[in-house]
Amino acid sequence: MSTSLGEPNAIAIVAFVGFVVVTLGITYWASRRTRTSAEFFAAGGNVSALQNGFALAGDYMSAASFLGIAGLVSLSGFDGLIYSIGFLVGWPLITFLIAEPLRNLGTYTFADVVAFRMKQGPVRVTAAISTLTVVTFYLIAQMVGAGNLVHLMFGLDYALAVVIVGSVMLLYVLFGGMIATTWVQIIKAGLLLVGATLLAVMVLAKFGFNPLTLFAEAKRQYGAGTLAPGKLVANPLEAVSLGLALMLGTAGLPHILMRFYTVRDAATARRSVAYATSLIGWFYLVTFVLGFGASVLVGRAAITGVDKGGNMAAPLLAEVLGGTGFLGFISAVAFATILAVVAGLTLSGAAALAHDLWGHVVRRGKIAERETLKIARYATVGLAVLAIGLGLLFQGQNVAFMVGLAFSIAASANFPALLLSMTWRRFTTWGAVASMLAGTLSSVVLILLSPTVWVDLLHNAAPISDLKNPGIVSVPLAFLAGIVVSLVAPEPAAAKGFDDAQDRMHLGPRS
Amino acid sequence: MNDDLHRIVARRWRVGGVLTLVMMAAYFGFILLVAFDKESAGALLAGGRVSVGIVLGAALIVLAPILIAIYVRWANRHYDPAIRELRARREDDP
Repeated sequence: MSTSLGEPNAIAIVAFVGFVVVTLGITYWASRRTRTSAEFFAAGGNVSALQNGFALAGDYMSAASFLGIAGLVSLSGFDGLIYSIGFLVGWPLITFLIAEPLRNLGTYTFADVVAFRMKQGPVRVTAAISTLTVVTFYLIAQMVGAGNLVHLMFGLDYALAVVIVGSVMLLYVLFGGMIATTWVQIIKAGLLLVGATLLAVMVLAKFGFNPLTLFAEAKRQYGAGTLAPGKLVANPLEAVSLGLALMLGTAGLPHILMRFYTVRDAATARRSVAYATSLIGWFYLVTFVLGFGASVLVGRAAITGVDKGGNMAAPLLAEVLGGTGFLGFISAVAFATILAVVAGLTLSGAAALAHDLWGHVVRRGKIAERETLKIARYATVGLAVLAIGLGLLFQGQNVAFMVGLAFSIAASANFPALLLSMTWRRFTTWGAVASMLAGTLSSVVLILLSPTVWVDLLHNAAPISDLKNPGIVSVPLAFLAGIVVSLVAPEPAAAKGFDDAQDRMHLGPRS
Repeated sequence: MNDDLHRIVARRWRVGGVLTLVMMAAYFGFILLVAFDKESAGALLAGGRVSVGIVLGAALIVLAPILIAIYVRWANRHYDPAIRELRARREDDP
């Protein structure tokens, strides 16, 4: 088929510029409401449950899930579904185990919770390391994705796209803090859900609004294998490992956890996850229709002809069904999606630097309000420069594994320490440090030695570790390290603080 | 920590824990089925128009918000009132 992808598209440019203008307007409005660090990091706790539900969804639904999963489904059918499900099943765990205690116990970061009854220095430093590692890998994947996407869609220069994303994001976070970021997420989530749903409706209209007819057509064109498990789950151990990382990683992502501080109380936090999960679940069901729709209506050959990874399946589908205009709209939505995710990531990185490292380690918790805000803004600028630099550095590299790595680290470094600190009386400072370090290091080292990096990227003959997804080793290792170290060297002060922590975790701070 | 708080907290972890186990069992059950028994996961239903795996997958996506709705309902009805009362008591007796 012939496509106008890669040529300047007037509607895409108008839609995208419109998005940027509106969101920068909101940033200006938000900047006048961002005077304290509580406003900068947590929007003053004034976000409603529904707003936070949309913002959580906006923070979480990255271009990787929109373009990547639709592409994966379009090329390999059923296998793509394994990813969409994996990205969703962590949300119930956030609701049942994490959201409410987190909201009551912390102020800006998940380290607040782990460090609550521990020695501040060691816990904060380690938590900041794991947070920044997750944020960095996630940022690289998003920035490189942005560059490639814009190049493919608009024919714009890669470096220019990376600089635009980094700069606009910097303006949001630097001046508008969490208030602006929240609204960017809400608008983006709305646009993405409306755009994807509209596209799915157009697909289903071709099949009498019956998904079964769509699946039957996919089967007719590509064989029954397209509806059955394929190569992705060739190795059962790998499948379980991937599932573990996706499920527990969702519950340990710093930029997601941070959003629970933007609401008034624990009950609101709980309601906001309920909204978010429904929206995200809806989105993944829709993505599935888009994937099969693209393989049937666009065709696998045409999709891989534009991009081998299949990432352009959804935009191509939009062009087939709605012409250049709709292609432009979907392209702009995809770009806006990256902007919003990058802003959320940067804000959580800035919180780790300004609140955890500067506030609690350098200043030992005695820090003036104005200073926190100032440091947070320096940190934001630093992170934006880092994001742009890394985006340029990794141009042309295959960075798809980095999102998986970020989830693995979040699952093994953050989730075990968070859970143990909330539920286990005898958990200690050094137990927490050991758990977070073991989780971070084992994830990074195992990925480095895996076929993905050791062979494909570094061109060695054979991998040292066969596992592509480290979760099945790194998650148990992090739990084990935390438990063993805590048992070997008990910390009476931390155990004594457990009752206090329980009190506050459930009843909230004293008013 | 007083006994009343202890009781409601223990109940919350129990409710949350059971729901967590249900979600994990469903998800890893799905993963293991897909990994170890591709035949069954790929078996066709509804006149050959859909596979068992796709139906189960879609069911999992629907299950997540349903489990959360169950938890939110429980928490709104039982957990929140108990917590409100304990909070009021704590304010009276610092």
